[in-house]
Amino acid sequence: MPKKIELEVMINGQKQVYRGPAFKRLIDVLREDFALTGTKEGCGEGECGSCTVLLDGELVNSCLIPVCQAEGARVETIEALGTPTALDQLQTFFLTKGGAQCGICTPGMIMSAWVYVREGGGSDAASIREALAGNLCRCTGYQHIVESVIATVQASNRRTRKK
Amino acid sequence: MKVLRPHSVDDALELYERHPDAVPLAGGTDFMVAWNGGSENGRLILDLSALASWRRIRDTPSMLRLGALVTHWQLQQETLVKKKFPLLVDACATIGGRQIQSRGTLGGNIANASPAGDTFAPLAVYDARVRLRSAAGRRKLPFMDVFAGVKKTHLRPGELIELVELDFPKKPARQFFRKVGTRSASAISKTVAAGLLWLRRDGTVRELRFALGSMAPTVRRLYSVESFLLGKKPTPRVVKEAVALLEADVDPIDDLRSTRFYRMEVSRNLLRAFLRSGS
Repeated sequence: MPKKIELEVMINGQKQVYRGPAFKRLIDVLREDFALTGTKEGCGEGECGSCTVLLDGELVNSCLIPVCQAEGARVETIEALGTPTALDQLQTFFLTKGGAQCGICTPGMIMSAWVYVREGGGSDAASIREALAGNLCRCTGYQHIVESVIATVQASNRRTRKK
Repeated sequence: MKVLRPHSVDDALELYERHPDAVPLAGGTDFMVAWNGGSENGRLILDLSALASWRRIRDTPSMLRLGALVTHWQLQQETLVKKKFPLLVDACATIGGRQIQSRGTLGGNIANASPAGDTFAPLAVYDARVRLRSAAGRRKLPFMDVFAGVKKTHLRPGELIELVELDFPKKPARQFFRKVGTRSASAISKTVAAGLLWLRRDGTVRELRFALGSMAPTVRRLYSVESFLLGKKPTPRVVKEAVALLEADVDPIDDLRSTRFYRMEVSRNLLRAFLRSGS
C-alpha cells in the first residue's frame, strides 16, 4: 500500500494520469496537478458547494473527495462549459443578469444549475432554489442567480420549440 | 495517509481483519471534513468505494435490501423506496444539498452513529435490520441495537455494514416525517421525528411507531407513548396524556444548535401534530 499512487481519470473528456498521494483532495488535484483553477474552495467542509464538480455525472463537493475515489471516473468541471470567448448560455446569463458578484460561488453554482437545466428542470423559482440548496452565496442574495437560471431555462425552451 | 482500496468484498473483509484500526471510508462526507480540519492525519484508510455490489438496491417479495453504499440521492430516485418507504425518502432529501446526498451513504450514516443522523428516525419506525459482515462471518442486528452511544456502535473489530433490510409495511393510516433545523439543506437537526400509525376500523390504534433523533445520545423510539396508545382512540384527551409521556423516552441536551427546553417543546408539538393529523 504505497502512499503515492498512479491512476487514470477522465477530466473534461480527456484521459489524464495522476501521480501523487492517494489521499490528495480532488479539488487540489484539479487546481494544482491539472491547472484547472476554475473550481474554487470556499469552506473546505462540504457546506458551501463552491468546489462543486461532476463525478461520473453526479454533483459532488470536490473538497470531500480523496483522489483515490476518482480512479477511472469521469470528472467535469466549470472548464467543461464555455471558454472566455465562447461562453455557455448559463455563463452568459449569470453575467448579464448579475448572477455573479465576487465569483467564488459562481463555478459551483453554475455546475449545479447546469445539471438542473440538463435534467429538464422547469423555470419555477422554488424548484431552482431547491436544486441550488447545496450552494451558498454571500453576495447576491440569490435572487439574481435564480433569475439567471430562469432565463437559461426559458431560452432553451424557446430553442426546443423552434426545432 | 495510507489507503487500502479493495475491489472485492472478500478482500475488504480480509484487509479489515488484518488492520482493525483502519478507518472504513464510504462517501467521506463526514470523515473528509475532519481530515480537512487536520484531525485525522496519519490514519490508515480502508476505502470501500470500489465495492460495486454494495451499491445495489434489491427487492424480495417481502422486503427491500439496501446495500451499505447506496447513497441518499440514489434512495430518492428508486420507485420502490418512494412507494413503500416515503419517510426514508423525506429524510434523505434533508441531508445537506444534492452534493452531499450523492456522496453520503446509508451504511456510512449508520456507522458514523451521530445522534443527529437524519435517516435514523425513519429506519427506527420501519423496524430495519442491519446485516454485518466480517472475515469470520455474518450477523444481523435490529436497527435499534446498532448504537452504543454518541458516535459509537456495537460493531465488532473487523466488522462492516453490508446492507440494511426493510420489510414492506402494511399501508399505514398516517405517516409523518419532520426535521427541525435552521435551514433544510446544510443544517444539522435540532430534532427529527418519524411516525407510522395503523388504525382499526373502529378508529382505535392497532399499532403506533414514533421515533425521535437528536433527542438523546442515540435515536429513540417512544415505547412508553406507543404502548399507552395501543387500543385507544387518539382523542384530544388521550393525545394530551400521550404527549406527557414523551419525556420518559428521551434525554436531550443543551448544545450549540439548541436547548433541552426547546427540543422537548418542539418534540411534544411534533408528536401532537402527528397524532392529531387526519382527525
